[in-house]
Amino acid sequence: MKKLLAITLALVLIVALAACAKEKDNGGDVTTDDFKVGIILIGDENEGYTYSHIEGIRLAVAALGLSESQLILKYDIPEDEKCYDTAVDLAEQGCKVIFANSFGHESYLIQASKEYPDIQFVHATGQSAARENLPNFSNHFTRIFEARYVSGVVAGMKLKELMDDGLVDDPHVGYVGAYPYAEVVSGYTAFFLGVRSIVPEAYMDVIYTNSWFDMTAEAEAANTLMARGCVILSQHADSTGAPGAVEDANKGGKPVYIVGYNVSMLNVAPNAALTSPTNVWEVNYETIIDLVMKGEPVPKDIATGYAEGGVAITALGNSVAEGTAARVEEIIAAIKSGALHVFATNTWTVGGEELESYDQSWGFEGTELIWDGRFNESYVISASLFDIRIDGITEL
Amino acid sequence: MKQKLKEHKEPFVRIAKRVKIEWWKAWGIRGIALVGALLVCAAIIYAVVALNPLQVYKAMFEGAFGTNKRLWVTIRDMMMLLCIGVGLAPAFKMRFWNIGAEGQILAGAIASAACMIYLGTLPGILLLLVMFLCSAVAGGLWGLFPGVFKAKWNTNETLFTLMMNYIALQLVAFFVALWENPRGSNKVGIINPNTRAGWFPPLFGQDYALNVILVLALAAIMFLYLKYSKQGYEIAVVGESENTARYAGIRVPSVVIRTMTISGAVCGIAGFLVVSGASHTISISSAGGRGFTAIIVAWLAKFNTFVMILIAGLLVFLEKGAIEIASRFDLNNFVSQMIMGILLFFIIGCEFFIQYELKFRDKKHKEAQA
Repeated sequence: MKKLLAITLALVLIVALAACAKEKDNGGDVTTDDFKVGIILIGDENEGYTYSHIEGIRLAVAALGLSESQLILKYDIPEDEKCYDTAVDLAEQGCKVIFANSFGHESYLIQASKEYPDIQFVHATGQSAARENLPNFSNHFTRIFEARYVSGVVAGMKLKELMDDGLVDDPHVGYVGAYPYAEVVSGYTAFFLGVRSIVPEAYMDVIYTNSWFDMTAEAEAANTLMARGCVILSQHADSTGAPGAVEDANKGGKPVYIVGYNVSMLNVAPNAALTSPTNVWEVNYETIIDLVMKGEPVPKDIATGYAEGGVAITALGNSVAEGTAARVEEIIAAIKSGALHVFATNTWTVGGEELESYDQSWGFEGTELIWDGRFNESYVISASLFDIRIDGITEL
Repeated sequence: MKQKLKEHKEPFVRIAKRVKIEWWKAWGIRGIALVGALLVCAAIIYAVVALNPLQVYKAMFEGAFGTNKRLWVTIRDMMMLLCIGVGLAPAFKMRFWNIGAEGQILAGAIASAACMIYLGTLPGILLLLVMFLCSAVAGGLWGLFPGVFKAKWNTNETLFTLMMNYIALQLVAFFVALWENPRGSNKVGIINPNTRAGWFPPLFGQDYALNVILVLALAAIMFLYLKYSKQGYEIAVVGESENTARYAGIRVPSVVIRTMTISGAVCGIAGFLVVSGASHTISISSAGGRGFTAIIVAWLAKFNTFVMILIAGLLVFLEKGAIEIASRFDLNNFVSQMIMGILLFFIIGCEFFIQYELKFRDKKHKEAQA
């Protein structure tokens, strides 16, 4: 029996080594292969945030005339050493540019980028590229707060309609957030400011789920918020848990509505969903891959908003208030032209006072972020730095 | 009619315990199970996604062993599972159902991460040694508690060790919040990315050579300890029958406590491997279910450390292969989980046919009766 085991083990090893040897023969092909793009994804197409990345990079690769076989997608890669393993694996497969899409992937991508100086690594949502200052590591993100503001306007108009109709008298808004840091704080604040531009007396509660994707926790948070009296909800978490819960309550006769995230929630919540702010990742991917193909340097930080087509809101649901579409067009035009700034300091206060200076964003202490009468979000770096808790919002 | 009812009918098939089975028969059954599993997987793959199953298997193989780097990652993860399996072996041999490896790994991982963060300035070797000891102590403590409770008050160790997992999980959540970077993100990120303090140094040009050396050494020591030491013999006797052990003058409580501490300590060392030798961070998924997977490893290997290498290899191979086929054929991870499930079903299921044999109704015998 022992002998048989030894033989089996030996066989496994031999075949393994043979496979290694074979790969070396293929080495020539890998280098002559035109151009390969690799991407490390936190989830798969069943999860809205990753789905929008997959769509984006597929469109970008097609637009640049690359074939589908030149794009290698790695699904369900967690935020640990597997991310580093995968980055190295993609590098060994001959990818010239390697992306990763989740916040926690960043330090592993940086580790790999130090070992493969000839390959460009680009991380979405991270905030370290400027600080690390590596020649082959960049961050990219969208100015998603612009789309969140616009979705807030949609929500605000619905809230106003409900109040005008006498269905609601307390303008209570709720938000299901993932983690209590700048990316989420920036997002909910932008949404809230959008709502308040229509209903000035609105106020908001935020519940954190401490997960990017947790169907049950998101549904539970939505139910808690509705039980507290919230009538308009939104989310910065990636499942359909919250929209599902709100749809159920809506069907039960409650006047409650929700703004989703990433993808249209109309199939999950046909009555309750108003719209979803979404990232149009294709824009960033196309820009970056194009630069790498041309052999030009990739900027340390790339952030695209409405002006470049990097963000959008999904199709409006049937439940939106009258005149919403026209209002949305106006607001988007104003953001594009620079007439409207989401974080203009005269629209929000902290402790009852307008801020004139802020240099305490976590990790960027000492960097002044307020000038020209606004908080300059996604300006110093591509990722969010707005981590100020403003009046009118309560984190539960 | 009446007569027919009276007649005692022998069942078509009945099950009988085998007295003994030749080794070639046992391994033959296992071989047939493996081939059967592969055939069923192939049929399902072809039926569901119309892909050539051979190509899928080839892709799985390349995913695990296709390049030098992949081979080493596979070896690294195999060693991790083996280490936990080695930790579980003494407890299971004593019939102490330690399903708390997950928590013991996390306890060791917290200790290692704490050393990396607070003692990062110590010289390299010394720091690694301190981390090794701290993680063994932390894991040992996590094993000691259920051991003491079992020995003193005969608490149910299955529940106790399981619940210790959740305590460890909450502790990790606490420390992640304490050490998080950036604040609020609930992630610690890579610890000491620039100084690499507390990371396993590369040996012979291989990042993971130290993992292999450490785990194989542990496995060899555990093998000798269980097979040839007096304590190892005590564990076997307590496992077979506590009364016999007591009759032979073995102090059962102290054997239970000692063995559980050792079991926890080795699992704690696995936590050290996770933090220092692989991920260089800590999160609530640091153990990642490996504490449970290792139970399968230990059981299937019947606690033989060397067979464990083989089983651990098979499981890690399946995991790595899964990632590759998801990427190459655009199947998502569920397909690989199906394959894993089918394989494990057959492999674990075939043990039944090794323990028992099916006796079919004897035709001749029946005719003779008639």
